[in-house]
Amino acid sequence: MRRFLPRVVALGYLLVVLLAPLGMVFYRTFQHGAAPVWTAISSPEAVHAFELTLLVTAIAVPLNTVFGICAAFAIVRRRFPGKGLLNAFIDLPLAISPVVVGLSLYLLYGRTGWFGSWLTAHGIQVLFAWPAIALATVFVSVPFVAREVVPTLRELGDDQEQAARTLGASGWQTFRRVTLPSIRWAVVYGVVLTTARCLGEYGAVAIVSGRVAGKTETMTLLVDDDYQNFDLSGAYAAALVLAAIAVVVLVVMTLTKPKEEAA
Amino acid sequence: MADALGIAAVRPRRAAPRGERLGTSLTLGVVTTFLGIVVVLPIAALVWQSKGQGAHGFWSVVSSPEAVAALELTLGAAVVVALINGVLGTITAWVLVRDSFPGRSLVNAVIDLPFALPTIVAGLTLLALYGPSSPVGVDVAFTRAAVVLALLFVTLPFVVRTVQPVLHELDVEMEEAARSLGAREPTVFRRIVLPNLLPGILSGVALALARAVGEIGAVVIISGNNPYRTEVASVFVMNRIESGDPAGAAAVAVVLLCIAFAILLAIGGLRFLLTRHERA
Amino acid sequence: MSIEIRHVTKRFGDFTAVDDVSLEVASGSLTALLGPSGSGKSTLLRIVAGLEFPDCGEVLLSGRDATGLAPQKREVGFVFQHYAAFKHMTVRDNVAFGLRVRKRPKAEIAARVDELLTLVGLQAYAKRYPAQLSGGQRQRMALARALAPKPRVLLLDEPFGALDARVRAELRDWLRRLHEEVHVTTVFVTHDQEEAMEVADRVAVLNEGRLEQVASPLELYDEPASEFVMRFVGDAHRIGGRLVRPYEIALEREPDDGAVEVEVERIRVLGAEARIDLVDGSGAPLVARLRRDELEQLGLERGEILWARPERALAATAARP
Repeated sequence: MRRFLPRVVALGYLLVVLLAPLGMVFYRTFQHGAAPVWTAISSPEAVHAFELTLLVTAIAVPLNTVFGICAAFAIVRRRFPGKGLLNAFIDLPLAISPVVVGLSLYLLYGRTGWFGSWLTAHGIQVLFAWPAIALATVFVSVPFVAREVVPTLRELGDDQEQAARTLGASGWQTFRRVTLPSIRWAVVYGVVLTTARCLGEYGAVAIVSGRVAGKTETMTLLVDDDYQNFDLSGAYAAALVLAAIAVVVLVVMTLTKPKEEAA
Repeated sequence: MADALGIAAVRPRRAAPRGERLGTSLTLGVVTTFLGIVVVLPIAALVWQSKGQGAHGFWSVVSSPEAVAALELTLGAAVVVALINGVLGTITAWVLVRDSFPGRSLVNAVIDLPFALPTIVAGLTLLALYGPSSPVGVDVAFTRAAVVLALLFVTLPFVVRTVQPVLHELDVEMEEAARSLGAREPTVFRRIVLPNLLPGILSGVALALARAVGEIGAVVIISGNNPYRTEVASVFVMNRIESGDPAGAAAVAVVLLCIAFAILLAIGGLRFLLTRHERA
Repeated sequence: MSIEIRHVTKRFGDFTAVDDVSLEVASGSLTALLGPSGSGKSTLLRIVAGLEFPDCGEVLLSGRDATGLAPQKREVGFVFQHYAAFKHMTVRDNVAFGLRVRKRPKAEIAARVDELLTLVGLQAYAKRYPAQLSGGQRQRMALARALAPKPRVLLLDEPFGALDARVRAELRDWLRRLHEEVHVTTVFVTHDQEEAMEVADRVAVLNEGRLEQVASPLELYDEPASEFVMRFVGDAHRIGGRLVRPYEIALEREPDDGAVEVEVERIRVLGAEARIDLVDGSGAPLVARLRRDELEQLGLERGEILWARPERALAATAARP
């Protein structure tokens, strides 16, 4: 009984909060058959939303991956002043609301923002266009690769790198041939988390995008937009695509999880 | 060996060769420039512009009834959710580490679902299941309970994931020693297990709190966003922007920022205190 | 409190850790469970403590059946190889734990804790945390903690295994002296035959879950019940089908009954003794030990061919091939 009770409580809780809702997405989407789903998914707005989401993700993920690896390397392997501050700013996007992120970008690139007049004068549109969406997505997904690589690098220790140096390898060669391969799974896991975050971003892009259907809506904004316009089948269809991607992400996450985090 | 003699092992500091120093400066330059443009600059703009209308303007927005209601709801719901997930998350972590049953690794994988699923989709599905057309007859849509439900979803993994590694590392022999000394199971849990789990639980609770305070995507559909009733602070900020009052939005946004920092600092300090026995 | 183990068997899946072991431990004695890793000695100890439960067989404490009794109720003190210190509690709180759990009055607890800390020499460390102690100090604390609630049996699972050689030797002597002072029935597990022979009154030798022999250290050495026991408690070599100790090999220039041809590989003089490394016809190495004067009498040289003969024929039971 003592063993039984916690198990039932935990599983019951997970069922109610996590599993049942996920199941509902699949159920509700296909409630009226597959045809409406296909119509919704292949509508121009949906296709555009999908492309826009992919675009900003394709921008954010490589940028943050390179950043994350460089930052992690500097933090773990090198000494420099202000390391704590660097760490704090890397973790910042995790602590703050996406709405705060969106607002801060609005106040920087908007017409009345710091860069506003300069941008207008040069005819560059950032806000309410894809660059702002990309910036927002990059902002919110900054921490993930760095936070995965830091503990891995720390645990690995630099013995191998030192050995490589004594064997004549230059700094760059050591990095490329010894360090990078040893952190590859941490990087993969970090990339998966980054991608998930990019695909799922809502609050920040809701503010900076202008939410013009077919022009500046990402998939998450489309779900909301369709819902607000009582287009439930559209909303569920888009939600289904996102949920399906999420399940794939979850599988990859589970497979590549670094062992010290896995149960 | 050095450890047994009480001497801390000292790693000799080597002077970095010139090539390495150049590489470090270059890397650091790239890293700080990127972070500066992407993160620091926008936040600086936010903090600066929140002062735009002076202290008086700042205060008038933040103390307006609607803002106060939104902040109260946000904080209240966040605390409730952090507590619930603190307890249930610990139980879940316990079951995943100490118990074994068919499908355990599947359940363990599913815990990460809130990290993988877009929050707007989460909100939609919670609405489908616990809203007007609920197949199980539970309708909490457009109520404060909906806010709590949505926040429970998004913060569920935090405590589980911070407690699991601590449980793994926990020396089972400590519990056996306690039993051999005559302690019954509840005492073993209360006096031996829980004190060692507490730093991990607190970390998870802090992360859950910080996340819950800022959440928007999961809440925005199912709560209905009624001002004074079910409008959370993040929605309030968004409404202020849409109403053409970015300074007002910035004021409340800065409050949210400060709350997040306060949470992280407070819990960091608490953790520090709780783990002083580990520092030799 | 006496301990009686009757036909205890314990399996973990396919692996039989303890195989039909029966053993009696007299009240007040100091007994060692000796054996290589995997021999089941720790499992047996844990069964006595109630930290494991046997698949069949009984455990009796002071004549009463305690087989299914929870560890809390057995009044046993248990000391773990890796100390199992309550790392979130001070040394004082660790030692006091068993008494606090029994809800003894504060004054009584304080007095008893002080008594024990003095006994183990840790009074100065009472307010420290285990992380601030050395391995040897932590183990002494663990002993004090186990003894605080006045257990009727003290069980130690490889108590000195995690410590370095010097500390180990010190604590070994200390445990012996402690037992002479405190007189609680003590059983300890070790894989170190020297430790078992030096400290214990009686030694139970286990191998692959089975009890090979229970006897005093001297009996084990002189009258081993099996080849395993003989090899485990000391060096032994095979000469012509017999197993003998290094000091029981006589080296002669002429062949004799039961003698085997050997070649001298190396002669080493260690103080008052000499150690001769030999090789027999099949290439198997042997070691003979002689006194210095015996060595000088023989006048050995490297490469010489000699005849090795068991000098004192041991009991037939010892030399089973």
